[in-house]
Amino acid sequence: MTAAVPGSAPTPAFAPAGPVEIAPGVQWIGALDPVLRSFDALMKTAGGTSYNAYAVRGAAGVAIIDTVDADYADEFFARLEACARYDEIKVIVLNHLEPDHSGALPELLRRAPGARVQCSPRGLQTLRALLGADFAKYDIAPVTTGHSADLGDRVLDFYNTPNVHWPDTQCTWLGDARLLFTCDLFGSHYCDGRLFDDLVGDFRFSFEHYYDRLMRPFRSSVVAALDLLEPLDPAMIAPSHGPVLRTEPARYLRQYRRLSEPRHSFGTGTDKTLAILYVSAHGATARMAQAVLDGAAEEPGVRVSLFDLEGGELSPFVDLIEHADGIVIGTPTINNDAARAVWELLAKLVDIETRGKLGAVFGSFGWSGEAVRNVEARLQGLQMRLPEPGLKVKLHPSEAQLEDARDFGRRLAAHLTGRAAPREIGLTELAAR
Amino acid sequence: MEKATLTFTDVSITVNVPPGTRIIEMSEKVGSGITYGCREGDCGTCLTHVVEGAENLSEPTALELRVLQENLAGKDDRLACQCRVMGGAVKVHPG
Repeated sequence: MTAAVPGSAPTPAFAPAGPVEIAPGVQWIGALDPVLRSFDALMKTAGGTSYNAYAVRGAAGVAIIDTVDADYADEFFARLEACARYDEIKVIVLNHLEPDHSGALPELLRRAPGARVQCSPRGLQTLRALLGADFAKYDIAPVTTGHSADLGDRVLDFYNTPNVHWPDTQCTWLGDARLLFTCDLFGSHYCDGRLFDDLVGDFRFSFEHYYDRLMRPFRSSVVAALDLLEPLDPAMIAPSHGPVLRTEPARYLRQYRRLSEPRHSFGTGTDKTLAILYVSAHGATARMAQAVLDGAAEEPGVRVSLFDLEGGELSPFVDLIEHADGIVIGTPTINNDAARAVWELLAKLVDIETRGKLGAVFGSFGWSGEAVRNVEARLQGLQMRLPEPGLKVKLHPSEAQLEDARDFGRRLAAHLTGRAAPREIGLTELAAR
Repeated sequence: MEKATLTFTDVSITVNVPPGTRIIEMSEKVGSGITYGCREGDCGTCLTHVVEGAENLSEPTALELRVLQENLAGKDDRLACQCRVMGGAVKVHPG
């Protein structure tokens, strides 16, 4: 995480002196970080952020919901001590183990060693790394949907909502208050001590920017989480960053639903979509691109489109790819690598969900032709499937090579429609790929 | 030598493999969408669904069983970085 320029650090706006009751028996005990300017080296945070943690008091004890970044632990402990004793803490819920929420956990466990730690099963591996040898000393109980923690007169119910940012993410529901603790889900990097959505400044931009950077790459998982959480009809959503959402919480759920819908859901019906995006230095890769298009277009039920990457802007291409069933990248080899415009596009694809899409690469080269393999490796890193080995042509393609490119397009399209012929290969052929 | 085949349904490719081959040794070469994180049975990224031939895979180790359990894996899911094809025919796709 990156801080603002030293000496210019702002003070938190409207910082509460102590804990803040957000619902009967539920205290905000988080910390304000007005200094942060870059979160996870992933997104800018112009006004800082907050690390929200909560204390829920029941007849049988207190539950702590998440902690804060280690640098802000003093603030967290001061607020906690103002509303609960450490020996009252019965449960520590970790909805997500990233350091900005688990940073104060080791010290909290030293102070409240009898508390039961509850996180998702996927959170255990991170918890082991965080606590090291101390992991075995504590009462750690993984939970998932259907599990609950009893605080005497009130109950916390757990909902497993994986991959809404990290694999370990979960939500916690306090039914008597209809209060949903969502950790990173529904968060905003927005620092304002007035805490509630109806009291803070205009955070709408921060709410949507946060979605775009942190949630959009996991769009399918967000939709699955919404399916699970919407029926709860919460009266309040308490995330781990930014404002507590108490004004018509359903509209935030609806906004997430809207943001998670395909931006290009119109027009193609049940057809599969295949986008060919290419860069061409001397026209050879462009001719191959046209041939791949011609071949793929022969397959019924596939909409194929062709784009010169240097003729467009990145953001619309990213939107296009987000909802394409497959992409084919054409690139010449320049300086032993793919063209710069291709890498700029591929770097942006971390912003969207690419898992399981079909990918393929082709290109002309003059000397060594490394670009195709380099881009294939990147597409595999993006969790795409590459059913056809890349197609390379030295210098300009001959008519026979253009026919190979058309056939390449035909096979790719057939993989999209499920009509690809099954192949059986041996290790020798595999080694030659 | 006994034959074994490993089919990756997401790319429609069957590979003839020597018994004892780990899925990880083949999946990237054929372009399957099975992806890897730690490659040592800790992170669960390579969770793979076994469509057919689960009985032809090696028994899961204690480490694999723990990671499968923590990732809430189904009964037909395995870690591609850990399990081996011991013979016969196995069909998989990304989990």
